[in-house]
Amino acid sequence: MIRIQLLKLLTIAISAIFFIKLFGLQVLNKDYDKLSENNAIIEIEDYPERGFIYDRKGRILVSNQPAYDIMIIPENLSPFDTLSFCKITGIDKKELIINLESARKFSMRLPSVVVNQISKETYAKLQEQMWKFQGFFTQKKSIRDYRVNFGANVLGYVSEVNSEDLIKDKYYRQGDLIGRQGVEKSYEKELRGKKGKKFLQKDRFNRIIGPYKNGVYDIEPSQAQNINLTIDIELQSYGEKLMMNKRGGIVAIEPETGEVLALISAPSYDPSILVGRQRSKNYKTLANDTISKPLFDRALLAQYSPGSTLKPLNALIALQEKVIDSETKHSCNKGFYYAKNAHMDCNCKHGTKNDLIKSIHKSCNTFFSKTYINLISSSKSATMGVETWKKYLESFGLGNYLGYDLPIGRPGLIPNSEFYNVLYKGENWSATNIISNGIGQGEVLVTPIQLANFTSAIANKGYYLTPHFVKTRDKEKTKLSKINTAVETDYFYDVIDGMQKVIEQGTARIAKINGLSVCGKTGTVENFTIIKGKKTQLTDHSIFIAFAPKVNPKIAIATFIENGYWGSRWAAPISSLMIEKYLKNSITRPRLEKRMLNGSLEHEYNKPLSGVNFNINE
Amino acid sequence: MNKTFRIDWITIIIYFLLVATGISNIFSSTYDIDSFSYISADNLAFKQFVFFIFSLISGILILIAPSKFFLRFSSLIYLFSILLLLGLFAFGNTVYGHKSWYTFFGVSIQPTEIAKFATNLAVAKLLSEIEIDLKKTSSLIQIFLIISIPVILTLIQPDFGSALIFLSFIFVLFREGLNPNFLLFLALFLILAFFALIKPFFYVSVFLTGFFSCFYFLSKKINKKVSITPLIIVFILSCVYVYSINYVYNDLLSQRHKDRIDVFLGKETDVMGIGYNLNQSIIAIGSGGLSGKGFLQGTQTKGKFVPRQHTDYIFSTIGEEWGFYGTSIIIILFTSLILRILFRAEQQKNIFGRSYAYGTASLIFMHFFINIGMSIGLVPTIGIPLPFISYGGSSMYTFTTLVFVYLNIDANRLNETSI
Repeated sequence: MIRIQLLKLLTIAISAIFFIKLFGLQVLNKDYDKLSENNAIIEIEDYPERGFIYDRKGRILVSNQPAYDIMIIPENLSPFDTLSFCKITGIDKKELIINLESARKFSMRLPSVVVNQISKETYAKLQEQMWKFQGFFTQKKSIRDYRVNFGANVLGYVSEVNSEDLIKDKYYRQGDLIGRQGVEKSYEKELRGKKGKKFLQKDRFNRIIGPYKNGVYDIEPSQAQNINLTIDIELQSYGEKLMMNKRGGIVAIEPETGEVLALISAPSYDPSILVGRQRSKNYKTLANDTISKPLFDRALLAQYSPGSTLKPLNALIALQEKVIDSETKHSCNKGFYYAKNAHMDCNCKHGTKNDLIKSIHKSCNTFFSKTYINLISSSKSATMGVETWKKYLESFGLGNYLGYDLPIGRPGLIPNSEFYNVLYKGENWSATNIISNGIGQGEVLVTPIQLANFTSAIANKGYYLTPHFVKTRDKEKTKLSKINTAVETDYFYDVIDGMQKVIEQGTARIAKINGLSVCGKTGTVENFTIIKGKKTQLTDHSIFIAFAPKVNPKIAIATFIENGYWGSRWAAPISSLMIEKYLKNSITRPRLEKRMLNGSLEHEYNKPLSGVNFNINE
Repeated sequence: MNKTFRIDWITIIIYFLLVATGISNIFSSTYDIDSFSYISADNLAFKQFVFFIFSLISGILILIAPSKFFLRFSSLIYLFSILLLLGLFAFGNTVYGHKSWYTFFGVSIQPTEIAKFATNLAVAKLLSEIEIDLKKTSSLIQIFLIISIPVILTLIQPDFGSALIFLSFIFVLFREGLNPNFLLFLALFLILAFFALIKPFFYVSVFLTGFFSCFYFLSKKINKKVSITPLIIVFILSCVYVYSINYVYNDLLSQRHKDRIDVFLGKETDVMGIGYNLNQSIIAIGSGGLSGKGFLQGTQTKGKFVPRQHTDYIFSTIGEEWGFYGTSIIIILFTSLILRILFRAEQQKNIFGRSYAYGTASLIFMHFFINIGMSIGLVPTIGIPLPFISYGGSSMYTFTTLVFVYLNIDANRLNETSI
């Protein structure tokens, strides 16, 4: 019996064992599935082209250009003429040897980069002689192409992600590019689009043999968006030229919309030096310049005392609080004693009597000091007075982040009562202690963009729109709402009249433009530095705020020139040229323009570094 | 003439299903979209189809041949196949270090494949002869001689895998009355060989000593009259055998064969080295999952990760692209075919027919067991084809002939007179 059945039983037994083994392999064990995906399929990211950047008039600022990486698969390499290779590509022989070695270590069969981002020209040269270099090939890449050499601070730059970015956002992979500054950073999501995925089938030599399942699992990249800046690149470039050899910032805003027309920080740099082969070298040079700090955006980050430019705001607050009205007059005798042995200097002559409008265009310290004392004193206590005053200033966008769409900023400072409690170590303090705030020389700090923003609020007679750098595409959806100031429209007229007179007959006659009603206010800010442990006064900063035209203003501008001495020396003429350029597109005062373009303050900036004693305000 | 001619259609259907599976999976495992054409010498699936057509024509001729034809000509066919094997030494082609092939006009012929069929015929013929009795030593010597000649000629090529296939005939002999001790000895020797390779000689001999002592004392308790002499002989033989296995493994086998054995024994874990074939095959089969990736969709197959996938490792293509369903169907088909032939063999009226059918089933079983077992890591890597499915003209022709001769004999069984 067993003789007949043995083979039958054996066949059934073996089949059963096969079933069990296959069930285990194919149905129960999922590891083999993944392993197969690993060694047979390669997942490749499909990058959409990064979005272009245009200015407010649709002029292209940033596009993309092809760059080529020279790659190598070490196992395909055969001996080649290193000398001519180095000559064509401009790579150092030592570097080449190091790169080849590390490529070999990484993998004999997988490609590695040997030379990064060679230019189109080098690529063309290399292509002709490529047959000499077995095992090398080029891989196309897309890098930024800057069409203008202005606006680096607004545009920002892109660079490869670092390990921190990789941890923070799982979207990125090693070697991806990410926006680092400016709109490149704040609009990273729009500009980069969303990368897709491609699955490719590999063979056992790791060669790609085609799309996996004809690409059914591939994910199409979603298109990157182009963005339109609110910046007028002509105005921007003009401003940057005017700011040559000076330090400071200019911010121009369209009051009606809150669109930033120009954001100039000086010194700046050409954005195109931060792409390509020389990128890291150039970046180091910029970052290491700790004296002029080209990477420091003074228009957004520098916090200065506003000086006399704060006077119009204090006037508005006093008007709203009914501390003064258009009839109020204060007498000035080259200043006044606000306390025993405490004199506030002023440029007015002895026996002057100033009303509000006059005080503004003459920038009378006495009037504004007295008004400020009255303002603080009108509350039950100095504490409450300061809080009220602070609340008004905050409604003009001071003392906090403005909330614009660039990644960096500073809040500035509006001191509150607590600030003075700490400053005076709990002792009683009164309006006279903080009198400097009345003329903008106290503890208040503002950034140039905050200056421009409150100027815009004055131009709008009581509201502003959050400044922004990118045109809103869908006007219905993202309509920016007006932010009202705590001062009502009625109180603005006198102040604006005063500001107009600043240009007509006041401190900034130099800023007068024929056929345009410009309203402005100068500022001159004392400032100090510490040299060898000693507080040393430096030449004053020159500030100017302005808007034009008076009726239906189209531009509000704030200009800050470090150590430019008084307001109308540098800031006012530069602002006025900017306004003229923007509104009239031609300059009627070529001599002034030439003086401003060629003027240099480098000698001022060298003073504190010279190590010798120096005079200021000369 | 009143002939009753009944064809075993079940076997034929299974045969066609297996061949179709083979051709489609050869197509898939050699498919290359870049250099593809339906009809060309490069398209191996097409070539296999041509082999199939030739085999089928030959098979039909076999089917309509007179029923006594194969009994009469078996000795001649056997002699012819031995001559072919001998001729290899003079005219053979060396492929991958094996002198196993003739090449005529671009067509390769593997005589060992033909010898499988011829030996099957010869064994059946010999067993059917009246004076043969498997209890007699002289008969045993004759049978073993017939089987040994092709085995030795195959081993010399060297083709260890194909030689191993001739072990199939032990089932035929057992069916026809071989002393079961031979089977036991064979099993014992295989098990001992396994242990000899994974454990040092010292441990195995200690184990053998313990085993035989226990066996002796246990037997003595049951049956008082146990002679110790044969037990001692077997024990000494076992020790000599284990020692010689070690000797052969360490001193005679080439590194390549050692590697294969090591991989099976799990001694080597270098998956990119020698274990690569097996590992890739298991990955491919495992990745097929329950229902497979679909025709032409196997990533491992497309990537050509599995070596010799259209020949010895064809089962991994089936596993990857058709999943557990596909592999199950293949196993069921083979099992059904083997059981069907075995069942019909028992209904044969003469020993020749029964032995031949039995041999056919055994040969198919052995290929099935070793090939699939190897693909899923249950059997050492032994390069033999999966019948009807693997690419190869000689294999296709041999198995078609084997099956159609069986069909012929089976169809004519009612006309036979029992011997």
